[in-house]
Amino acid sequence: MTSALEVRALSVSYGQKPAVFSVDVTCPVGKMMAIIGPNGAGKSTFLKAVLGIVPRLSGEVTVFGQPLAAARRRIAYVPQRASVDWDFPTRVVDVVMMGQFRRLGLLGLVRPSHRTRALDCLTRVGMADFAERQIGQLSGGQQQRVFLARALAQEADLYMLDEPFAGVDAATEKAIIDVLKSLRAEGRTVIAVHHDLSTVADYFDHVMLINLRKIADGPVASAFTAENLQATYGGRLAGAHIEQLQLPAA
Amino acid sequence: MGAEFVQLSLVPLLIGTLAAMACALPGNFLILRRQALIGDAISHVVLPGIVVAFLITGAVTTWPMLLGAAGAALVAVALIEAIKRLGKIEAGAAMGVVFTSMFAGGVLLLEQSDTSSVHLDVEHALYGNLESLIWLDASGWSSLFDPSALAYLPAELGRIAIVTLLVAALLLVFWRVLKIATFDEGFAATLGLPVGLISLGVVATAALAAVAAFDAVGSIIVIAMFICPPAAARLMTNRLERQIWISLGFAALSAILGYVLAGYGPLWLGLQDSVSAAGMIATVSGLILMLAALFGPCRARVGAGAGS
Amino acid sequence: MQPFISALLLQSGYNAALVCVGAALLGAAAGATGTFLFLRKRALVSDAIAHATLPGVTLAYVAMVFLGGDGRNLAGLLGGAGLSALLGLLAVNTLVARTRLAEDAAIGAVLSVFFGFGIVMLTVIQTLNRGQPAGLEGFLLGSTAGMLRADALVIAIGGAFAVGMVIALRRPLGIIAFDSGFASATGVHVARMDLLLMALVMAVVVVGLKVVGLILIVAMLIIPPVSARFWTDRTDRVLLLAGLMGGVAAYIGAALSASAPDLPTGAVIVMVSALGFVISLLLAPGRGSLAVFIGARRFQARVHLRQGLLALGHGERIFDRYTLNVLRRAGFIRRDGVATVDGQTEGVRALRDEARWRLVRRTYHDEAITQRYDGLTPIETVLTADEIALIDAQLGARHGR
Repeated sequence: MTSALEVRALSVSYGQKPAVFSVDVTCPVGKMMAIIGPNGAGKSTFLKAVLGIVPRLSGEVTVFGQPLAAARRRIAYVPQRASVDWDFPTRVVDVVMMGQFRRLGLLGLVRPSHRTRALDCLTRVGMADFAERQIGQLSGGQQQRVFLARALAQEADLYMLDEPFAGVDAATEKAIIDVLKSLRAEGRTVIAVHHDLSTVADYFDHVMLINLRKIADGPVASAFTAENLQATYGGRLAGAHIEQLQLPAA
Repeated sequence: MGAEFVQLSLVPLLIGTLAAMACALPGNFLILRRQALIGDAISHVVLPGIVVAFLITGAVTTWPMLLGAAGAALVAVALIEAIKRLGKIEAGAAMGVVFTSMFAGGVLLLEQSDTSSVHLDVEHALYGNLESLIWLDASGWSSLFDPSALAYLPAELGRIAIVTLLVAALLLVFWRVLKIATFDEGFAATLGLPVGLISLGVVATAALAAVAAFDAVGSIIVIAMFICPPAAARLMTNRLERQIWISLGFAALSAILGYVLAGYGPLWLGLQDSVSAAGMIATVSGLILMLAALFGPCRARVGAGAGS
Repeated sequence: MQPFISALLLQSGYNAALVCVGAALLGAAAGATGTFLFLRKRALVSDAIAHATLPGVTLAYVAMVFLGGDGRNLAGLLGGAGLSALLGLLAVNTLVARTRLAEDAAIGAVLSVFFGFGIVMLTVIQTLNRGQPAGLEGFLLGSTAGMLRADALVIAIGGAFAVGMVIALRRPLGIIAFDSGFASATGVHVARMDLLLMALVMAVVVVGLKVVGLILIVAMLIIPPVSARFWTDRTDRVLLLAGLMGGVAAYIGAALSASAPDLPTGAVIVMVSALGFVISLLLAPGRGSLAVFIGARRFQARVHLRQGLLALGHGERIFDRYTLNVLRRAGFIRRDGVATVDGQTEGVRALRDEARWRLVRRTYHDEAITQRYDGLTPIETVLTADEIALIDAQLGARHGR
């Protein structure tokens, strides 16, 4: 099987306002795919609907050839930072341990090996020194890294991230993209809602453009074109901006 | 502190302490999930519950009352959830509509029913009668090992002890999923955890504790036990595990101090009778919260809270 | 029935008429005042305020007795109630502002602790009175006996005042309810307005304690605004409707209560109010459950129909059972799933609509047009015929026809 994620005819609405309409998309295994589109285009909603966090109106989701429910253990989700109360009484290392839930199960005892694994994940994102700190004391970029470490602890095959680079400092952005690239080098698949058009070509090899409907998807070289961007962003993306992006010829 | 203590004070102290702890345990999670006021709702619907039970059975014996209270709690929770979803109303308003209506219904039923035959003690339902749970058959500390005396222990003690153990057991077993689902519900859903069921479970456990405790301390005070000790504990630490333990400590302290002050305080002040133990327990728990709010090491809001 | 009708028409005697009018004014005041609490998502603050009155009432009683006066002096008791309610409110705000506790925890803590302390004081009073109850139990459940003229006057004046203030301040209160940050920026003094609103709530609570009792006054502050919200989206209309529903429910409830024995006023009023809520919840057009349910089903059918037609137009196989059902019902496919003539025509139409919309979304800068696209709206409803012709020409040119 060649696709990590296959979505067919996915529609999501809030009440009677469509947010995502009839989206078909496929992400091949071992690729890094960006989901881009203007604000309110339904990018986050699409991600959440794929994962079953928000209910969908129609559509089918297949992960590594299986229905979503059967493949959950192969998926790791990194939500937006704002979705959590950072005043919650827990330490950084505890959050990463949550990622090991599958290994531990409901009643499993926490052994030193689990803790070591958690610290390894923290080291990978550069946060090992912060293990004992209360999460409310972290900066935005540090919080993002902790979320990523939690996802790493899940040892998944498909990583789905919601705006991982939003509002983080440059050092964190570099740390995160390095981790994501190393995941891809290991043969894992990464799908991320992305907000910064200028880094799409550098970071990702696949892209999906969405604005209520899917406008285009595929390898960056063929899908990330001026024409598709114009179709996605409509009149909002000035010609000059598109030129700045130095896109491949359509 | 001899025979008189064992006869008159030991059992109420134990019952009060257990009731406080049974409520404080789920209260920790209610606070973190911003569902603190579900305790308010449950406490208010206990009255109509026991009125209905009384109307059906015609007597004021314990088990029908407890079942009536439990039934009312479940009905209330279900109605609140239904109204929240159907009407897209925020939680506080939904709770307010449901429990005030149910309470009014209870009052109406109370007046309409033939209460002249049996007196339904409304005050008891509201603020309990802890001081009356005495153990007259005890003759001293040795009675704790005397089976014939133990047979006459007030039944409330056994009930609250079982419920407290049950609640503690549930918390221990489901600790991990509770922590994960309360911290980040979206993430929990992607792990495949049944977040809706977990939410229901927390509320149901709270309802169980409330009904068991209301038996001893009445319904209104139960809210204090759900909220004050865990809230005070939250201001004292940044670790959830420690918060739970501290909340248990504060709950026990409130119960013991409250009972002692209610029983002996007036005597120290030269007055004749004791005052409401349940009310005093709630007051003490409030004082502890106040002290924690003024001096607790972790009282300040540090991180950016999630959009409430 | 007859006693009820005559009570409604204020024919059942002076006392009953007084109760009806007083209750109606109280209900209107509570409904109106409660509206802004509800819109601010602080509905249960009223519960905290109501419970926080108990210590004040008991302390006032004790104080008045010690000072040699009549412990049951209404003005004194209500004054005590107001003071301790104010204290409770301040406690809630301080807890939320200075600690990491959320508002619901603060409300619950104040509610239970103040009430608990009030219970302690109640038992103290019982001790002082040598076991005689203080007659304060009425504060919990309201009075079932007739109202004194003085009581009714207090309620009428207090209620009218509260209603007047709410109407006068509805604009700033409304803006704050909607977006307090914006209100601050436009010069509305948010903290002062909040305090004023709370003062109004307290006035209503204190005044209503005597009639319907502590727990039921909360009902009258919460239920009418929630019910009114189902019927309209405009703040001033919610305000008006809430006041109306509260007043009418109180009037009918009081009349019912006067017309039969064993019907305590407060409880009946709340039940009438609750009935109004249920009707609003289920039957209100637009936001009521029935309307929402029907609308949602229709919408889902539209979405599936559109998706199905697009698939037909592309010649793709359709797998989704619901989509197949919808297409079949509309006569666009046969039993075996093959498209009918109608289906093919509509499929082509849908494709053409999609293509036109795609072009419009790419090239038009007018957001009033491009924002109208929701996957379902046909372009004919948004653009004129000649505009569409222009687009068709462009589409034709692009495909080299």
